Amino acid sequence: MKSLRKKIDRLKPHFSEGGRFEKLRSVFEGFESFLFVPDTVTSRGAHIRDSIDLKRTMTVVIIALVPAMLFGMWNTGFQHFRSTGVEASFLQMFLFGFIKLLPLIIVTYVTGLGIEFIAAQIRGHEINEGFLVTGLLIPLIVPIDIPLWMLALATAFAVILGKEVFGGTGMNVFNPALLARAFLFFSYPGWMSGDRVWIEGLTEGKNVVDGFSGATPLGLLMQNQTDALPSLKEMFIGTIPGSVGETSTLAILIGAAILIITGIGSWKIMTGVFAGGIVMGLLFNLIGANQYMELPFYYHLVMGGFAFGAVFMATDPVTASQTETGKWIYGFLIGLLSIFIRVINPAYPEGVMLAILLMNAFAPLIDYYVVQANIKRRLKRARVSLNTGAK
Amino acid sequence: MAGIYKIKKGFDINLSGKARSVIGGELTAEYYGVRPPDFPGLIPRMSLKPGDRVKAGTTIFTDKKKPEIRFASPVSGILKAVNRGEQRRILEVVIERDGDEYEDFGKADPSKTTRDEIKQKLLLAGLWPVIRQRPYHIIANPADTPKSVFISGFDTAPLAPDMNFIMDNSNAHLFQTGLNILARLTDGKVHLVLNGACEPSPVLKNAANVEITYFSGPHPAGNVGVHIHHLDPVNKGEVVWYVNLQDVIAIGRLFEEGVYCHDRIIALAGSEVIDPQYYKVRSGIAVKAIAGSKLREGDVRIISGNVLTGSNTGIDGFLGFYDSLITVIPEGKYFEFFGWAKPGLKKYSFSKTFLSSFFRKKEYRLDTNMHGGRRAFVLTGLYEKVVPMDILPMQLFKAIIAEDIDAMENLGIYEVAEEDFALCEFVCPSKIDIQAIIRQGIDLMIREMS
Repeated sequence: MKSLRKKIDRLKPHFSEGGRFEKLRSVFEGFESFLFVPDTVTSRGAHIRDSIDLKRTMTVVIIALVPAMLFGMWNTGFQHFRSTGVEASFLQMFLFGFIKLLPLIIVTYVTGLGIEFIAAQIRGHEINEGFLVTGLLIPLIVPIDIPLWMLALATAFAVILGKEVFGGTGMNVFNPALLARAFLFFSYPGWMSGDRVWIEGLTEGKNVVDGFSGATPLGLLMQNQTDALPSLKEMFIGTIPGSVGETSTLAILIGAAILIITGIGSWKIMTGVFAGGIVMGLLFNLIGANQYMELPFYYHLVMGGFAFGAVFMATDPVTASQTETGKWIYGFLIGLLSIFIRVINPAYPEGVMLAILLMNAFAPLIDYYVVQANIKRRLKRARVSLNTGAK
Repeated sequence: MAGIYKIKKGFDINLSGKARSVIGGELTAEYYGVRPPDFPGLIPRMSLKPGDRVKAGTTIFTDKKKPEIRFASPVSGILKAVNRGEQRRILEVVIERDGDEYEDFGKADPSKTTRDEIKQKLLLAGLWPVIRQRPYHIIANPADTPKSVFISGFDTAPLAPDMNFIMDNSNAHLFQTGLNILARLTDGKVHLVLNGACEPSPVLKNAANVEITYFSGPHPAGNVGVHIHHLDPVNKGEVVWYVNLQDVIAIGRLFEEGVYCHDRIIALAGSEVIDPQYYKVRSGIAVKAIAGSKLREGDVRIISGNVLTGSNTGIDGFLGFYDSLITVIPEGKYFEFFGWAKPGLKKYSFSKTFLSSFFRKKEYRLDTNMHGGRRAFVLTGLYEKVVPMDILPMQLFKAIIAEDIDAMENLGIYEVAEEDFALCEFVCPSKIDIQAIIRQGIDLMIREMS
């Protein structure tokens, strides 16, 4: 460690202002602070500071994503071998998925971090850790068969137009990972929906078992094939087709537990989303106008990207409501809208993405009303004190 | 105890090196200093020049904007130096002590003195600056009549002195006189807020002519700003005054004995102090005289006040005007290899992102390392957990940064001081200097409202 530190100290002048590699300063700083927590000491304000920093915060989110990611890898293999009818061991399935998912992750990180490095250099900022999470989220919410160039394009779109034009991490209005997905969804709908894209190799259709359908539960419901729906247990465990990381509600709940225990993810938002989803599901059960509406409400919670969205997307602190009361409302409305779009709108089999993006836009409005309530309390107090003072 | 306010939000930082309940005697020093930066917003105008003789209580400088507010020499001797910093700002006025002479301001019976005479006496003797006000957390404006006066009877800050220990019976009479004086300054109540978590000292419990209320809970439950917010909040146009507990004794002494004697008992504490304990000193004493021989080896930071709000004085500095604590902690100038990725059994955090959160030690030796780089606001809902007031911290900070006067006013800028958000600064993962933001907001309000 000491020799590494010495090496960095020797290199540092070259990357400082006026140095040979001045243009790579941000990149150098990024890597340096990645390896070593800087030696800066407090100069004003509180003399001691909490050990937590943004790197730690983001690391926790990544750790919370790991169960869903590992399960996604295994499920990719599992679905592939199921579609081709080949027997495979647990390890084979996992390795297959690992090899398939790795390029997606690498492409996302390289594209996104590359843009972040450039943006940080232009602004003269330190590199922000926000993309470390976004970069893992994006591969987990796309179909495994997505062409890599599309993924790179979507990532670039999300980072540049979704984040950097607003001023970088902390300033963006929309969740960048969902923006990437929305970009793909509207630009290349053929690769983002249907029966074929969710299982590796199905788009090419080689060696597929006759009559095999790779439709997701939501896809089946869209086609009114309620009978073909997998069992509740299968959907909860996640052995179903779908975007890489979204299928296993179980793995996602493990992530949710990590986020809630560490306090990094807002339990209020998560609870709000699930409550909203349940209420809307029950409402549809009451109406019961068609087969889809009659689907027991709890099915909605384990299908599609509902759980993933609730735990990892809606809770993004930058794009969510920032007030504590607002978080309840924000989460609840996301849950409500997700199921509403899912069931009512025939064009979109999944509603979570659009519900969250929509509520991202409305989060400041929710906050506005919460803040106004606080202000009114203060004004009321002032009037009371004025009245008693006049007596 | 009836009517105890239980504060839930907040956080006690358990630092090692708490002072044990022993008073290690009275300490004097060769040099004493008065530091204008202790009084935010003050522009001092010197009344004397280096070489002039002073007694305890002699005015050494005044407030340029309100010349009636005087600042007195704590000891008798010779005005040694006026140390200036950037833009010739006066940082400290140093007095070399010799002898023990006091200016005589004459005794006075508070019950036979008018409010204006009381104010005049406090102003003349240079004791007025012990009275501060909300809004703005600055020296009180003598022209105002506050709607109430607050005295916090306990301090919940890390390593803070135990006021129940400090307030023994020897000063009970002077303390009561001080309270009587303060009661004359307001048409409302004098609130004395005590710690509801333990049995208060008899001097505090038996104080008369005051309204006693109990608060309990984690820091900042002892902050006067929190008490005011819950008991008699400051609305636009209203003023509340407050005085540090031990300064009430100094006020009492001025009227009983006619002298400016700004003495107090302070704690010398922190992990880098050998045998931390209490000492009796006078305001402005050279830090060296207190801590000089009691420091552990190594690079240390000496803070007048607590680790959250105190000022870095160094070994050659002076005890702050309002401080009754000197904290010494290690400096943290080191690189840490993958510090953010470690499981963190030894790391201290308000968050639950390190293993240490689940296996809390009793005490921690914390240093001055920032533990990360400065970032934009990202996490939300964190500050709210350490601000026990009906104030939206994040929204207030953003209003200040945007210099939105209306929003600041609506969101409660009149009620707050830096110290009320010191914990926000501690817990902030984006390492934002929140106390500086608050002071910037207050300064802006003072400029805009005058």
